[in-house]
Amino acid sequence: MSILDSKIPEGPLETKWEDYKSHMKLVNPANKRKLEIIVVGTGLAGGAAAATLAELGYKVKTFCYQDSARRAHSIAAQGGINAAKNYKNDGDSVYRLFYDTIKGGDFRAREANVYRLAEVSANIIDQCVAQGVPFAREYGGLLDNRSFGGAQVSRTFYARGQTGQQLLLGAYSAMKRQVGLGNIEEYNRHEMLEVVKIDGKARGIIARNMVTGELERHFGHAVVLATGGYGNVFFLSTNAMGCNVTAAWKAHKSGAFFGNPCYTQIHPTCIPVSGDYQSKLTLMSESLRNDGRVWVPKSQVDCKKRPQDISEDDRDYYLERKYPSFGNLAPRDIASRAAKEACDDGRGVGESGLAVYLDFSDAIKRLGQATVQARYGNLFDMYHHITGENPYETPMRIYPAVHYTMGGLWVDYNLMTTVPGLYAAGECNFSDHGANRLGASALMQGLADGYYVLPYTIGNYLADEIFTKAIPTDHEEFEAAENKVRERIEKLLAVKGNQTVDDFHKKLGRIMWDYCGMARTAEGLDKAIVMVRELREEFWKDVRVTGQNNEMNPDLEKALRVADFIELGELMILDARNRNESCGGHFRTEFQDEGEAKRNDEKYAYVAAWEHNGVDEQPTMHKEELKYENIKLQTRSYK
Amino acid sequence: MKFQLKIWRQANASVAGKMVDYTIDGVNPDMSFLEMIDVLNEELIRKNDTPVAFDHDCREGICGMCSMYINGRAHGPQKATTTCQLMMRHFTDGETIYVEPFRAKAFPIIKDLVVDRSSFDRIQDVGGFVSVNTGQVKDANNLPVEKEKADMAMDAASCIGCGACVAACKNASAMLFVSAKVSQYALLPQGQPERKIRVQKMVAQMDAEGFGGCTNTGACEAECPKEISISNIARMNREYFSAGLLQD
Ligand SMILES: Cc1cc2nc3c(=O)[nH]c(=O)nc-3n(C[C@H](O)[C@H](O)[C@H](O)COP(=O)(O)OP(=O)(O)OC[C@H]3O[C@@H](n4cnc5c(N)ncnc54)[C@H](O)[C@@H]3O)c2cc1C
Ligand code: FES
Repeated sequence: MSILDSKIPEGPLETKWEDYKSHMKLVNPANKRKLEIIVVGTGLAGGAAAATLAELGYKVKTFCYQDSARRAHSIAAQGGINAAKNYKNDGDSVYRLFYDTIKGGDFRAREANVYRLAEVSANIIDQCVAQGVPFAREYGGLLDNRSFGGAQVSRTFYARGQTGQQLLLGAYSAMKRQVGLGNIEEYNRHEMLEVVKIDGKARGIIARNMVTGELERHFGHAVVLATGGYGNVFFLSTNAMGCNVTAAWKAHKSGAFFGNPCYTQIHPTCIPVSGDYQSKLTLMSESLRNDGRVWVPKSQVDCKKRPQDISEDDRDYYLERKYPSFGNLAPRDIASRAAKEACDDGRGVGESGLAVYLDFSDAIKRLGQATVQARYGNLFDMYHHITGENPYETPMRIYPAVHYTMGGLWVDYNLMTTVPGLYAAGECNFSDHGANRLGASALMQGLADGYYVLPYTIGNYLADEIFTKAIPTDHEEFEAAENKVRERIEKLLAVKGNQTVDDFHKKLGRIMWDYCGMARTAEGLDKAIVMVRELREEFWKDVRVTGQNNEMNPDLEKALRVADFIELGELMILDARNRNESCGGHFRTEFQDEGEAKRNDEKYAYVAAWEHNGVDEQPTMHKEELKYENIKLQTRSYK
Repeated sequence: MKFQLKIWRQANASVAGKMVDYTIDGVNPDMSFLEMIDVLNEELIRKNDTPVAFDHDCREGICGMCSMYINGRAHGPQKATTTCQLMMRHFTDGETIYVEPFRAKAFPIIKDLVVDRSSFDRIQDVGGFVSVNTGQVKDANNLPVEKEKADMAMDAASCIGCGACVAACKNASAMLFVSAKVSQYALLPQGQPERKIRVQKMVAQMDAEGFGGCTNTGACEAECPKEISISNIARMNREYFSAGLLQD
């Protein structure tokens, strides 16, 4: 028997989740009060989980590294959230959302989880509206929808260009209510740096108080990680500056397998890099592709001309040309690669030649500036702020950037990792998006996990824990875990080398972008693995971390994160090297059909779940075979 | 571009702070203000000095984490812009730039430019929500909301909770922040059942946190990076008074 048991319930796809809920074990209210749950992360997944678990009566502690739960990176999501409501009567259904998500993920996600996601999606919208989330509405007072990449129906709900903000503030408000009621204790400006395991089960965490530097021990009958994605391994990404892999990585090193680490999403519409000082990249929501048209000049000689001076005939609307049925709404991986191809072909625009146009002049002609402004006003303003150019007058320049990580901690149907009692929700797990995520489905997944999945599945586990008394934190395993953290911190501070943490982070990012980014080759990956290993050695010999542990020390925080990113980078490269096929965001140049990803279902229709064996040891790969019982595997086509 | 920077340095809450001078050269006009501080910090680290601590995260003007007081203004000179989105092209080459933390009794300094804004969280704890549990709800379209009201609620809900309104106000009042939340719910049908109790509790908590009163100077609206309207304050005052009247 394989160690990996995904615990998918028996029965037809359509009834698995209902059956699960009807047959799961329950915890009675009196016992819930005695059970403590740690939720690390207060984004959509963690915030929703914490609020709901507290409503159910559990004692919840939340942790986040920002100064307030409301600032989790989910706040930055712009475009929208999918739900199979079929309010537009355009033929949407749970099955269609399920199918689109599996297909969008290039047939590398688990059917049962994705179906459940599509099933609960409609409830999410109901819940958010009840909380007072001000979604966009039509004149009749009903909810409005827009279309997003990879779908031919209109199922995306939105709140201007600030959907993530409004959804997060909704979850945060639900959390706040529970804080007020005394059911949630918040630990903000706290960074989780270790998982505590007792007798094989997750029983707590070690967190660093980022104001005082104190290392704190916290017990929980179960621990939920909802710590977001690891796109910052590339240094430059659309993620917030603090996004990190540390919590997930510590879990991994404590026995949680890591699923498909190489699946990275490169988003097609970001503001291009402007200089070395650049600290992050800014996303322009994909919703812009609803009305904006993507193009480059047909000929290299036109690249330095002003866009206004390039005639219609000399423009190549390459997405519309190559993918007539989806056009500018082709999925992200495809749109990104097409942009790269155009630029590799010498037809990129802007100073660096690493950009393509996203043009709204037709939309403005067709709809009027006021309508375009109502739809995308804040995005246009943001673009204007950053670049100093007015997108109402001249086309935006965009280029792909790292945006989302489909890989993450491997979880079963219960969202439990391979460590009993340790759960992973939201972007930090690997579960629902296969090799490519469709737009507007991360918000959906985060809230589905937090509001509708975890609260049930965790009860099923905790029903067997009602006799476990809270374990005092002077237990030797807490002691050992705290010592491990302390030693790592002391070791970092003691190096006193010559290069800054950012120097290393940038070097790592460069390696990852060049060899494990939009296009990967066996040869490049072999080279990269050596480079990353060398970088790790160099880091521990030559990094300079200023200040002390016992104070607020952003330099130390960053160093701890970068140390983990370097280790993760190595695993991503191994995973990319192992997967001798192209699928979704993982494009291996050797495996293609004239630029289109060429999957190998015979050999690679599995999830690679990696087991950690020590930093200098080769990890062990476990396979979860993906069985498609309801969907036929096909070549993904958007033509 | 080259600048003289005068930056507030304070090791922690229990020691005194002071302005310290730095010179920075080679600044690219397309850099953001925070990227300029990043560059300065890299230089400081290379010299074995302590980098300047400041709050930031999304760098997209939405998380509300960044919070600098630049040349005497919350988030600096550019209208409707957070510090993270403020570009150096809006400064004059050679200029002296003063950088301080947001100052208010209810926002104690933690280190350098980092302040403690947990008072905002505590105001939300007492009433900044609709009391509805997960799963207890009906279909979303069974509750139509007038588009105009929904849009106004969205305007109010755009607040990022950065605290610029407090920093800009001579009384360090939090009225704009609190009224934005109160307005969002007062405008929506979902907020009606708790309408009175919400405004009363949130205002009481605001006072307990040590924020000052509002004297209608309008500095909050002028400095708000999200252009939250001062009309929310008027609405909150009406809500507050009618809640009081109806109770007696
Ligand atoms: C710019 C941008 C736009 C996007 N737009 C969309 C969109 O329109 N639609 C869509 O569906 N998706 C979108 N996404 C993706 C989506 O926003 C994210 O995938 C999703 O919000 C992640 O939510 P989360 O709850 O998993 O994690 P996050 O919101 O990232 O929250 C992570 C939490 O974990 C905490 N944390 C992390 N590490 C630690 C640690 N070590 N210790 C303690 N706490 C820790 C953080 O403080 C935070 O509270 C977008 C993403 C970006 C970057
Ligand atoms: S860093 Fe998020 S608003 Fe400035």
